Amino acid sequence: MSSDFTQNYFELFGLPVVFSLDQNDLLERYRKLQRATHPDRFANAPEHERRLSVQKAALVNQAYEQLKSPLLRGRYMLELWGVEFDDQRETQFDPAFLMEQMEYREELDAAQSSDDALDRLTDLESRVGKRRQELIDELASLLNTGSGEALQTGKQCVRKLQFLQKLQHEIVLLEEELFE
Amino acid sequence: MALLQISEPGESSAPHEHRLAAGIDLGTTNSLVATVRSGVAETLPDQSGKFLLPSVVRFAAGDSTVVGSDAKAAAAEDPVNTVLSAKRLMGRGLEEVKARFPKLPYEFDNDCEVVPRIKTVAGPVSAIEVSAEILKSLRQRAEDTLGGELSGVVVTVPAYFDDAQRQATKDAAKIAGLKVLRLLNEPTAAAVAYGLDQRAEGTVAIFDLGGGTFDVSILHLKQGVFEVRSTAGDTSLGGDDFDQLVADWIVEQAGFDEDRSIRYHRQLMNIACSAKEALTETQQTEIDLQFDDGSRWQGHLGRDEFNRIVQPLVKKALLPCRRALRDAGLEANDIDEVVMVGGSTRVPLVRESVGEFFGREPLVHIDPDKVVAVGAALQADVLVGNKSSDEMLLLDVIPLSLGLETMGGLVEKIIPRNTTIPVARAQDFTTFKDGQTAMSLHVLQGERELVQDCRSLARFTLREIPPMVAGAARIRVTFQVDADGLLSVTAREETAGVESGIEVKPSYGLTDSEIEQMLLDSLSHVEDDVAARSLREEQVEAQRVIEALDAALAQDGNALLSAEERAAIDSASAVLHDAMTGSDHRAIKRAISALDKASSEFAARRMDSSIKRALAGHKVEDFS
Repeated sequence: MSSDFTQNYFELFGLPVVFSLDQNDLLERYRKLQRATHPDRFANAPEHERRLSVQKAALVNQAYEQLKSPLLRGRYMLELWGVEFDDQRETQFDPAFLMEQMEYREELDAAQSSDDALDRLTDLESRVGKRRQELIDELASLLNTGSGEALQTGKQCVRKLQFLQKLQHEIVLLEEELFE
Repeated sequence: MALLQISEPGESSAPHEHRLAAGIDLGTTNSLVATVRSGVAETLPDQSGKFLLPSVVRFAAGDSTVVGSDAKAAAAEDPVNTVLSAKRLMGRGLEEVKARFPKLPYEFDNDCEVVPRIKTVAGPVSAIEVSAEILKSLRQRAEDTLGGELSGVVVTVPAYFDDAQRQATKDAAKIAGLKVLRLLNEPTAAAVAYGLDQRAEGTVAIFDLGGGTFDVSILHLKQGVFEVRSTAGDTSLGGDDFDQLVADWIVEQAGFDEDRSIRYHRQLMNIACSAKEALTETQQTEIDLQFDDGSRWQGHLGRDEFNRIVQPLVKKALLPCRRALRDAGLEANDIDEVVMVGGSTRVPLVRESVGEFFGREPLVHIDPDKVVAVGAALQADVLVGNKSSDEMLLLDVIPLSLGLETMGGLVEKIIPRNTTIPVARAQDFTTFKDGQTAMSLHVLQGERELVQDCRSLARFTLREIPPMVAGAARIRVTFQVDADGLLSVTAREETAGVESGIEVKPSYGLTDSEIEQMLLDSLSHVEDDVAARSLREEQVEAQRVIEALDAALAQDGNALLSAEERAAIDSASAVLHDAMTGSDHRAIKRAISALDKASSEFAARRMDSSIKRALAGHKVEDFS
C-alpha cells in the first residue's frame, strides 16, 4: 500500500512545525481528517480499504493526541529536530529541580497520612498544575528560539514536565482512592 | 434536467437501491430491533404489538427453542432449561461466572472451562448461543416486517464491555447469520438518538443503567460529531442486582431457609422486580407470595425501606460518574445535559441521586428502553450506505487500558483507557537472556498494576528470534484497536524481521471452527444447503465490491490512474463479473480478492487525495 504514512504529524494536519497552535483550529482540522478517514465511511468498502482506513484514522488520532498536548508536542518537535530521549537511562535532574522533586514527594507522603488528606492533595495538585504551566511557557519560548542550546534546555523542560505529569497522575489516583 | 449524482469516496455508488439495515439493542433483560424507514428511526414490534423482546431463551428437547415472553413465563417452572440474563455471562470463564453470580440456578458443564456451557435438555449451550437465539428472533422480526433480507446490522454493547465480551457478542451475531457493520457502545447510541432528535450541542453525560450493566459516558456533541470524552461503568451492575437485594430482603423478612430461597429463586426475583417497579409510582406496595407447595407469605415494602435496601447500588453507580468526569478533565457543572437511559433509571432514588451528583435535573422524557436501539438503527442506516456519512461522525474510546505482562508479574500499559479509537500503538521490548529465541506475550486489559488483577485476554509466542546477547533484540509489539473496540496484536523482531500476529481470540472465546459449526447447526432445515448459502453470500459480497469500485472509478479513475493501471483493474473486475454468474463460490471469493489486490494502490491514492481535500478549506501553511 502506498498511502503516505511518512508525513510528520504537523504535515498530516497541514501545519508548520511550530509550538504555538490554535487549539480550535487544530480540533477543526482533526474532525475534518477523521471525516475523511474514519472506518464508518468505509463500512461497505472492500477489505483492504477498510484496513487502510483503520490505520489512517488511527494515525490521525495519534497525531492529534501528540499535537494537542503541549508536553507531547514539545517532545515531538525536539525529536523531529534530532534531540534524542532515553527515558530508561536518563533519570537525573539539575540540583534545583532535584530539591523540588524531593519536596513534592515529601508533601505527597505527608498529605496521604494526614486527616485533611483530600484538601492537601487538592492543594498540591493545583500547585503542581501551576508549575507545569510555568514550564510549558518556558518550553514555548525555547522552542521558538530553536538554537542548539535552547534545544537542550527544552529537553530538560520536557523531562521535568514528564515528571510533574506523572506526579499529578499519582495525586489523582490517591484522590480517587479516598473517594472510593 | 436530471443532475448526475456523484458519491463521496469510500461510499457505495449512489443512487442505489435502499438497503435493509437494523440496529439491535441486545439487552440483559430485554432486547429490541429498530430500523430507519422513510427517514424515521423506529423500533419494530412483534406480531402482538410488543416492542420489547424479553432476553430469555427456553431450551426444550427436539427442535423447539422458545424465545421471549413465552420463555420468560416458563422461567419459574423450568429454571434449569430457561436462560435469563445471558449477557452477564458473555465472555467470562466458568470460574468467574461462579464467583460473580453464585445464585444462578443452572448446572454448568464442568468440562467446558473456556466457554462455560449450561446443561439443558437440548444439550449444553453457551451464553453466546443463547444470545444468538435472541438475535435470530429479532432478525426474523425485522425481515418479516421489512420484507427482505437484512444487509447489515449494528449491535450495541455496554461501553464498559472488555475485548472478550465484545468478541463474544460479535460471534453471537455471526451465528445468528447477521452481518455486523459495527459494534456500537450503548451510551453512544443513546447520544446519537438524543443528539440528532434534539439537535443538541454541548457536553452531555449519558447515564445508562440497564438490567445487568451500567455505563456512564461523557460526550461532546457538535454538528453531527459525537465525540466520546470518557466512559466508565460496571458490567455487573443493573436492575437484576436491585431485584436480588429486594429478594434477599424478602427471604430475611419471611425467614425462608436456604432450600426454599434456592428452589423459588426465580419466583422471588420476579416478585422483587414487580415490587421495585410498583414503587416507582407508589410509596408502598404489597407483596403476596404463593408457592406451589401451598404455603404463602404476605408483606409490604415502602419506598423508604426500598431506598435503604438499594442505596449501596446507587452509590456504586456514582463512583464511575466521578471517574468519567475526571478522565474527561471536567467538573460536574461543565455538563450541559444528563440523559437517562435504561429501564433501571426509572427508580426514583436513581434519578434523585444522579440529579444531585450532576447538580441538574436529568432528562427523562425520551423512552429509556428504546433510545439505544434507535441510535443503533440511525448508525446502521449510514453504514449500510443509505445515508451520507457526512452527516454523522462517531468518535468513541476504549473503556479499559490494554497492556502486556512484563517482568515480575507487572502490566505495562500500551494503550490507556479512554483513548479514541481506532488506535495503533507500538512498544519495543527486548530479550532477557543470552541466546533467547522465543518470547511469550501475555495481553491484558484493566487498570491495575499486577497481572493477577487484570483481565487476561490472550497469550501468544514470538518464535525464531535470532540468538543474540540479552537486550540486543528489538521486539516491536503493536496493538491495534478497530472501530468496534476489538484488539489485534502483532509482534515483530525488527533486526531479523520475524513476525507473529494474532487477532486476540480471547482466553474465554469460541474458536473459529466452533462458530462455523454453530452457524451450520443453526441453519434451519427448510433452508437450502450450505453450499448454496455460501454462493449467495459471495455473490452479495461481489456485488458490493463492484458497486463500490465502479463509484470510485467514476469519481477518481481518470485523475488518479494511468491507462495501464486502469486496464489492470478493469480486467480483474471483468474476471469477477464472470465468476459471479457461475456457481462456484470459491471462484468468486478468489476473484474478489484478486480485484481487491489489483485496486489497492488506487484505494491508497484515493485515501490521500481525500485527506488533501478534507483540509482544502484550510490554508495549508508553507513548510519552510
